[in-house]
Amino acid sequence: MALFASFTAAQNQVNMSPGVTEIGADIFELHMLIMWICVVIGVAVFAVMFYSIYAHRKSRGHEASQFHESTKVEIAWTVVPFLILIAMAVPATSTLLEVYDNDEAELDVLITGHQWKWKYEYLDETGENISFFSNLTTPQEEIYNTETKGDHYLLEVDEPLVIPTNTKVRFLITANDVIHSWWVPELAVKRDAIPGFINEAWTRVPQEGIYRGQCTELCGAYHGFMPVVVHAVSPDEFQAWQAAKRGAAQAESQLALQTLSADELMAQGKTVYETACVACHGAQGEGGIGNAIAGSSVVMGDLSQHMAIVAKGVAGTAMQAFDAQLNDVELAAVLTYQRNAFGNNTGDIVQPGDVTGMNNG
Amino acid sequence: MGDHHHGPATGVTRWLFTTNHKDIGTMYLWFSFAMFLLGGFFAMVIRAELFQPGMQLVEPAFFNQMTTLHGLVMVFGAIMPSFVGLANWLIPMMIGAPDMALPRMNNWSFWILPPAFLMLASTLFMEGGAPAFGWTFYAPLSTTYAPPSVTFFIFAIHILGVSSIMGSINIIATVMNMRAPGMTYMKMPMFVWTWLITAFLLVAVMPVLAGAVTMMLMDIHFGTSFFSAAGGGDPVLFQHIFWFFGHPEVYIIILPAFGVVSQIIPAFSRKPLFGYASMVYATASIAFLSFVVWAHHMYTVGMPVAGELFFMYATMLIAVPTGVKVFNWISTMWRGSLSFETPMLFSIGFLVLFTLGGFTGLMLSIAPADFQYHDTYFVVAHFHYVMVAGAVFSMTAAVYYWLPKWCGRMYSESMGKIHFWISFIGFNITFFPQHFVGLAGMPRRIPDYALQFADFNMMSSIGAFIYGASQLLFLYNVIATIVSGERVSDEKVWDGAEGLEWTVPTPAPYHTFEEPPLVSKPAGTF
Ligand code: HEC
Ligand SMILES: [Cu+2]
Repeated sequence: MALFASFTAAQNQVNMSPGVTEIGADIFELHMLIMWICVVIGVAVFAVMFYSIYAHRKSRGHEASQFHESTKVEIAWTVVPFLILIAMAVPATSTLLEVYDNDEAELDVLITGHQWKWKYEYLDETGENISFFSNLTTPQEEIYNTETKGDHYLLEVDEPLVIPTNTKVRFLITANDVIHSWWVPELAVKRDAIPGFINEAWTRVPQEGIYRGQCTELCGAYHGFMPVVVHAVSPDEFQAWQAAKRGAAQAESQLALQTLSADELMAQGKTVYETACVACHGAQGEGGIGNAIAGSSVVMGDLSQHMAIVAKGVAGTAMQAFDAQLNDVELAAVLTYQRNAFGNNTGDIVQPGDVTGMNNG
Repeated sequence: MGDHHHGPATGVTRWLFTTNHKDIGTMYLWFSFAMFLLGGFFAMVIRAELFQPGMQLVEPAFFNQMTTLHGLVMVFGAIMPSFVGLANWLIPMMIGAPDMALPRMNNWSFWILPPAFLMLASTLFMEGGAPAFGWTFYAPLSTTYAPPSVTFFIFAIHILGVSSIMGSINIIATVMNMRAPGMTYMKMPMFVWTWLITAFLLVAVMPVLAGAVTMMLMDIHFGTSFFSAAGGGDPVLFQHIFWFFGHPEVYIIILPAFGVVSQIIPAFSRKPLFGYASMVYATASIAFLSFVVWAHHMYTVGMPVAGELFFMYATMLIAVPTGVKVFNWISTMWRGSLSFETPMLFSIGFLVLFTLGGFTGLMLSIAPADFQYHDTYFVVAHFHYVMVAGAVFSMTAAVYYWLPKWCGRMYSESMGKIHFWISFIGFNITFFPQHFVGLAGMPRRIPDYALQFADFNMMSSIGAFIYGASQLLFLYNVIATIVSGERVSDEKVWDGAEGLEWTVPTPAPYHTFEEPPLVSKPAGTF
């Protein structure tokens, strides 16, 4: 298996990956079948053509015959391809029906496309959903070529989607803004994430591993920068992960009640800024799609206005509401960071408690 | 009428006010070539950025503007007008008519194009930049989330649509009413047939496109929510409407190309076109099927399975008439007396590479497999095989084939052959590896990519620079021919050429067939 994984991640892969799931293998076989049929037909047809190019050339003194019709061959080359197509349609239909068999899932995950990150939410009967955003972690320095690119350049995230192996997992896929498309080649799952619609797809992953994919529907400037990473773990490990996630959520809310030091806030704020804000506001706060943070009168001015913009967004612009995407600690941290980094130096410290009202209101 | 129609007027008014089908054809051809170079320049920017992983030359937002404008300019500015130009030059001459049926409208349908493209190109300099939502402009990226320049884009699309509709009405009216005595429908050259069918497709679907952009306009400026889920609208509706236009559109592009090679292959095989009648029926079937396959571009939007199956079967069916065409072309060559001048080389290049694109098209039609292919470079490779090696190669073949008739001078055959080989090799270096990266998982329309795709992307970029450069050679060859090519006066130019256009003097005089010729022989026979 390790060998296989290294093969698919290898340089210069030239073919579709059979993936790790049953459906992936079926699709791969179908793809190879159709391809070989095409190759055989192509070789036969072009052999005839090239023979003609060789043998029937004027320069060899070949005289043109004048035939120009034959109903028999016309019928033959209409009917034979038709029969071949029927032969292709049979396995294609059965594979398609398999792809569409969304029933009897053991786990439901709601996947929401945002510009330019994925949100994963595990639907839980008790209502205690686990949910988080999955952001690209490739640093700007690698993208802008000042640092060497890592192995998983552009295909790495801060928090992958974790799913249990040998379990039928159903994905409910939608979007928050524009259309995205959630694709993991190794799982052979690709489904458009469309605002206002919930599409279904499913997988059953037989083996543990990390599977990487990308958004495949043009969704704006950073369409190329919203990878999908799926971490398949054993069901036991999955249980443990879920428990830890719930615990961490509780700890977060505890933390939100505390007072943090300026250094802690600045450090975490930098991290948040570099995952959630940098794409539009620039690594030096110089602006881009969004306006400059460095020297901004909003950022250096009244805290409540600054907080409102970050939490609620600016309607009709790319500046989205971050209250649902960041927790109180992260919000406080990024506000503190923006107010003190890039030469803003206001000296203001924003504590999680200061934003609690905002976040839920 | 008297006999005051000698030659063209002089000066720029000749071009501004002309109603002569040859002048208008010439303007269309030059305009489309200029657009081809512009769209090609955008492609070079794209390939230069993709030369290596990492962002080097442009920002992601600008990259998207380049892919969008590249697609729009190539489809609406280069390929479509080039075939309209060809139709203008050739259809009257092929059916023995003195001009197009509606010459003043003809003038209009050309002259509204340059302002439309000027407006489209000017969006690059507007605040917020040019449209950056791809040539398929899916809502809501093209509505709620679009830059302000989208309004100019919508206006430009409207103008292009009006131009296409007027051009098509003109072609339909000409073919139906102005054929020389004896030129029955089943004696018309294939090029005329393919254009007649194309014109009907255009009249049917351009209004649909106009409807789509109008709904966008309403959503953006007048508070409607056709495509906005938040207001009760439906973003998927946009895709259905777009592809109801978009799929016939690809046949609008390729059918005249079929027509061109159906003229050229017999000429250089010195043998009539095999299966003329079946070619006509195949073209008509393709046109009909093109209306019922649109959602094969949308297999991943979450259609019900019955819909997927319907569109899959219908799409697979298109392989039948397309196959018939390929078989007919090869049978035309079979036991002919072949020679390989530049037009024939480009036609054979077309035949081989278009068929390859057809095969990948068949693969893409298989819905479950398309879940892996969709929106990857595999699709990019596929449609460049049919659009570039299909439409552009055949258009190039057409220029080499008819240029001597148009200007009475012969192009440089050796330069033409070099152009062919560089194009052929450059094209394949560019697009063949894109099948590989697509299958390996590289999405389309991304400005930067994971490291495992690096080698093939570099190869693709090198090929693109080669292919791009070869077009400058083409431009040079054409200009050199017009200015100082060796004179030809033989009416036929090519010994195997057949058809009425080869019965008029060379170069073709400003007015031809003022007296209709009498047609007795069936099309394409000796
Ligand atoms: C998708 C792009 C995008 C992202 C990501 C983004 N912003 Fe913005 N931001 C904008 C835009 C656009 C504006 C300008 C809105 C307007 O026109 O008023 C803006 C404005 C702002 C402003 C007001 C600045 C001023 O001077 O008016 C603040 C503060 C701000 N953003 C903070 C943030 C923070 C904090 C984050 C990360 C948590 C973030 N933004 C992420 C696009 C973005
Ligand atoms: Cu996306």
